[in-house]
Amino acid sequence: MVPDAEFTSYYGRPIVKAAPWEHDIAYYLFTGGVAAGSSLLAAGADLTGRPGLRRVARLGSLGGLLSSIVFLVHDLGKPSRFLNMLRVAKLTSPMSVGTWILSIHGPFAALASMSELVGMLPARWQPAPVRLLLALGRPAGLAGALTAPPVAAYTAVLLADTATPAWHDAYEELPFVFCGSAAAASGGLGLIGAPLAESGPARAFAVGGALVELAAERRMERSMGISVETLHDGDAGRWMRMSLGLTAAGAVGAVVGRRSRVLSALSGAALMAGSFSTRMGVFEAGLASAKDPKYTVVPQRERLARGEPVRHEH
Amino acid sequence: MTGPHSLFGPLDPAPDAGYVDAPSRKGFFTDTSVCIGCKACEVACKEWNDVPENLYEMLGTSYDNSHSLNANQWRHVAFIEQPAGRSSVGLPPSIGDAAPSRDSVDLGMPTLGAAPTDVPDDAKPDFRWLMSSDVCKHCTHAACLDVCPTGSLFRSEFGTVVVQDDICNGCGYCVAACPYGVIDRRRGPEGDPKVGIAQKCTLCYDRLTDNQRPACAQACPTESIQYGDVDELRERASARVATLHEQGVMDARLYGNDPDDGVGGTGAMFLLLDEPEVYGLPPDPVVTTKDLPQMARRAGMAAAAMLAGAAVSFLRRTP
Repeated sequence: MVPDAEFTSYYGRPIVKAAPWEHDIAYYLFTGGVAAGSSLLAAGADLTGRPGLRRVARLGSLGGLLSSIVFLVHDLGKPSRFLNMLRVAKLTSPMSVGTWILSIHGPFAALASMSELVGMLPARWQPAPVRLLLALGRPAGLAGALTAPPVAAYTAVLLADTATPAWHDAYEELPFVFCGSAAAASGGLGLIGAPLAESGPARAFAVGGALVELAAERRMERSMGISVETLHDGDAGRWMRMSLGLTAAGAVGAVVGRRSRVLSALSGAALMAGSFSTRMGVFEAGLASAKDPKYTVVPQRERLARGEPVRHEH
Repeated sequence: MTGPHSLFGPLDPAPDAGYVDAPSRKGFFTDTSVCIGCKACEVACKEWNDVPENLYEMLGTSYDNSHSLNANQWRHVAFIEQPAGRSSVGLPPSIGDAAPSRDSVDLGMPTLGAAPTDVPDDAKPDFRWLMSSDVCKHCTHAACLDVCPTGSLFRSEFGTVVVQDDICNGCGYCVAACPYGVIDRRRGPEGDPKVGIAQKCTLCYDRLTDNQRPACAQACPTESIQYGDVDELRERASARVATLHEQGVMDARLYGNDPDDGVGGTGAMFLLLDEPEVYGLPPDPVVTTKDLPQMARRAGMAAAAMLAGAAVSFLRRTP
């Protein structure tokens, strides 16, 4: 146990402000990940002739996207002005870049999902325009898949590009944690919804994602400095412990239970719940690290004490 | 926004933002050694900018009752009570003596207890008060402005950072990005048209365009808050800290005056008498977007790995 760092502050009050975000944003981190991973699985299933997996993945993509939009708009201080996001494209703003990534990915993924939905209609309810939509399913799905990974990855930059200690300190590894988590969650959805004969790729994607998430998360914890404490304490700590247990159990279950529909579905659910817990844990840790001046003062003080203030070199 | 120092390093922000023939950069120098904690700046700011009531909360820690800089508090007087001897060198008996070029002026402020001359040294209070009027730093590299996704936050021709109220959609990203915890989303009072959007000091943009001093600087009775060209304020600040050091106030230090620091220097700089964190300021803040290129690289690698992982998942698996 490391002794508590000595530091001074203004009556213990916070220095940086915590993001004024509700849990909506943590939910969005999860649903955006599900949407991105599902889009990838849907395209693969489409190309390799797995209609069952394609269906659940395309529906997962649509559900993930729609709920993401609801969460994102709802969390704005002025929801009626959400379209103002599109009045500029700013490379220095991960939120602006992310909005454009979603604006490009969303329509393609939604088109593929609409195609899947109308494909579920009886043939006599499929007039020519509907058949056109069916024909667009594959190209739209491929475009959606190619634009999907940035949807999963940018949210890590969104959190890291702040003065929130536990988010900024994690910037090297957080994209891998989030992409792994997205793969685990979307693969998990595939395991829940697809028949055993078709769920192989979803299983591989889910287990691979879970392993990347767990490994990157360990690495992240070693590289963060003292703000890592906020990933272990309080609500964030509970979420992160649940994340570890559920993700590990889900990954093992997905491999061991590969011949059982029930075990596969249970493992898929565990992986999804694990991914959700990761997002909640990282989100809560950031807020906790902003509320305690220790995580702002001590690392900066230690840097100064080492004679390494951040200065521009000429 | 394409210069080699656009994310980090010294630069003049208005030309970097694209202004041609911009006026010289404007800012504040807040000399806390002459701040008397009167809060005239807080009041003048609220009056001029029509900033509504703040959260009213008795803190029970000091004479500070305005809590912090936030959406409803654009100037905040920090008030610190310290045991004497905490600092390495104490203040001279009268801080008024520290400005040799001018005599001290009786401001008619109420005094507490007996006149200092009547009290023997060992019976004097064994504590000191530090007061500092905090404000938005108007950073050279402003994280709030960098991360704003709507362009609501913009760089003015004076090199300051200002919110356009009618553009902001209240995403709150700037709140988390500010390394000083200045900008905030307005939460109340209910019915205020700016509830839900980001608010902070504008350096009285509407006064600057009329060649007037910002309201806080205008109201400050001790010239603790000085307004002017940033280049000149930096020189004035250096001269003032040198004077104080000469007089034995070795604790005096400048904060935000270095164009090579983590935010490229601030438009609003300070002379402090203790470590910055004592006043609620970060000791060595860095603009978060300094690391943005590396963040983007790592995210690109993770995204590529995810795409490859998905492809591999389908390899050699026939249904």
